[in-house]
Amino acid sequence: MQRIGDAPRVRRLLVFLAVALSGLFLLLPLVAIFAQAFAQGVGVFWSNVSNEYTVAAIGLTLFIALLTIPVCLVFGVALAWLVTRFRFPGRRILQTLIDIPFAVSPVVAGLIYLLLYGRTGWLGSWLDGYDIQLMFAWPGILMVTIFVTCPFVARELIPLMQAQGSREEEAAVTLGAPGWTVFRRVTLPNIRWALLYGVILTNARAVGEFGAVSVVSGAIRGQTNTLPLHLEQLYQDYNTVGAFASASLLAFIALLTLVAKASLEWRAARREVHA
Amino acid sequence: MITLATRAGSTPKRVLPGFGLSLGISLMFISLVLLLPLTGLFGQLAGLSLAEYWAIVTEGRVVASYMVTIGAAAVAALVNGAFGLLLAWVLVRYEFPGKRLLDALMDLPFALPTAVAGITLATLYSSNGWMGRLLEPLGFQVAYTWVGIALAMAFTSIPFVVRTVQPVLEDLPHEVDEAALTLGASDGTAFRRVILPHLWPALVTGTGLAFVRSLGEFGAIIFIAGNMPYETEITALMIFVKLQEYDYVGASAIASVVLFVSLALLLVINIWQGRFIKRLHGGAG
Repeated sequence: MQRIGDAPRVRRLLVFLAVALSGLFLLLPLVAIFAQAFAQGVGVFWSNVSNEYTVAAIGLTLFIALLTIPVCLVFGVALAWLVTRFRFPGRRILQTLIDIPFAVSPVVAGLIYLLLYGRTGWLGSWLDGYDIQLMFAWPGILMVTIFVTCPFVARELIPLMQAQGSREEEAAVTLGAPGWTVFRRVTLPNIRWALLYGVILTNARAVGEFGAVSVVSGAIRGQTNTLPLHLEQLYQDYNTVGAFASASLLAFIALLTLVAKASLEWRAARREVHA
Repeated sequence: MITLATRAGSTPKRVLPGFGLSLGISLMFISLVLLLPLTGLFGQLAGLSLAEYWAIVTEGRVVASYMVTIGAAAVAALVNGAFGLLLAWVLVRYEFPGKRLLDALMDLPFALPTAVAGITLATLYSSNGWMGRLLEPLGFQVAYTWVGIALAMAFTSIPFVVRTVQPVLEDLPHEVDEAALTLGASDGTAFRRVILPHLWPALVTGTGLAFVRSLGEFGAIIFIAGNMPYETEITALMIFVKLQEYDYVGASAIASVVLFVSLALLLVINIWQGRFIKRLHGGAG
């Protein structure tokens, strides 16, 4: 059977164009990151990565991601359960509201937190009275990271849970299973891969957030510098190889994210074939 | 009289537990994390008179930054519309070695931190970078011009177009192709007259999302932009500069413009998308 664009000449031309342009536009930057990071050899790369400030930045970045993930997980599951298992007025508004972080520029996201919790903000000045300072410290970084990453888990779960429907859970409840058992034994096995992918996306964005974090961090070396802020400072100081050493660590996490996504999709496709 | 109106599954009768708990968690989270911080912005702006507000958001350097941002984002979105359509088409319609790799590569811009993309593109396209060395003798200056800004925007937003068009193209039945070709249309005409109308809503949605993302992008752009006032300064950087000068009022006023425009665009895209596409497949958003 013939389809549009099946002529060998058209096919070859289009595939060539797509591969060549993607190679130039997407693959070349990826290669360049590692080429720059190792430009002066493995020894220099290692000394850049094991540098005291880099290690501190890695630690803070992982710490923030580790705290962000469970918060986003609880919110994502609760919201997905709410909007896919119940019908109530305002359901659609809730679904629109969680898209706000995607539309808001990261700098604006950082700014609104700074205005509220900074010394001049109404909440910040009140907290200041108790000597609690959230901005220009790790709690501020954590708060804006949660803001920019909170839609990912919910966004992965909602379409899936909508498609699956609630028949199985209703059956379990009718048979007398308590709520948590239903969730753990019926819902969780059905959504675990989407949940995992949501977590992977949340993690990728949490370790890489730059705009929002740079507004609220204060970027104190060894204290409030996350990895993206650290590499910015190195780059501005003309330490290109050092900047790319840190960048390559983040690029490595990005590569793991892509591999995880590809293998989860492959698994889903294989299950569809078997079903 | 009793009417049996409930079709199976259409109106769950709340047999399932957890309504109160999930509603409580969701509402608390949305109020505290998403809505409460917005009050800080409005609080800051409440002290301004309308004339003062207008003066800040229409100041020459700020207006120039809108122009740079919108112009570059429009170019990036249009280029991505064409490039994204090509990529989606090739990924759905053809089999070739390395297809799975190409497919996986499409998500790179979402997975790669923006600051990493920023310093990489700046290094590649600066005058002694791999690309800059080739392009500059030909008279193309990319780094530190608006072309560089558009390039960085296009890089960070290409997945929006690919991942929006791809599922729609996958769901297009074979009969559509056959009907057009049986009637004797050439490939080009058949694509334009038969395929494109089916893809149009998804293509507009994807391009629109790419545009909104480009308007707010910061990390990927500032390294390659050069950040010359009036020429290569984007609005997001304008806000950042005001903040570093401790001009919170100025930063808030400009931020409110950006916020309003991007929320309005998102709303328009959501309505448009709701009319044409039942469900967009996941992806990093």
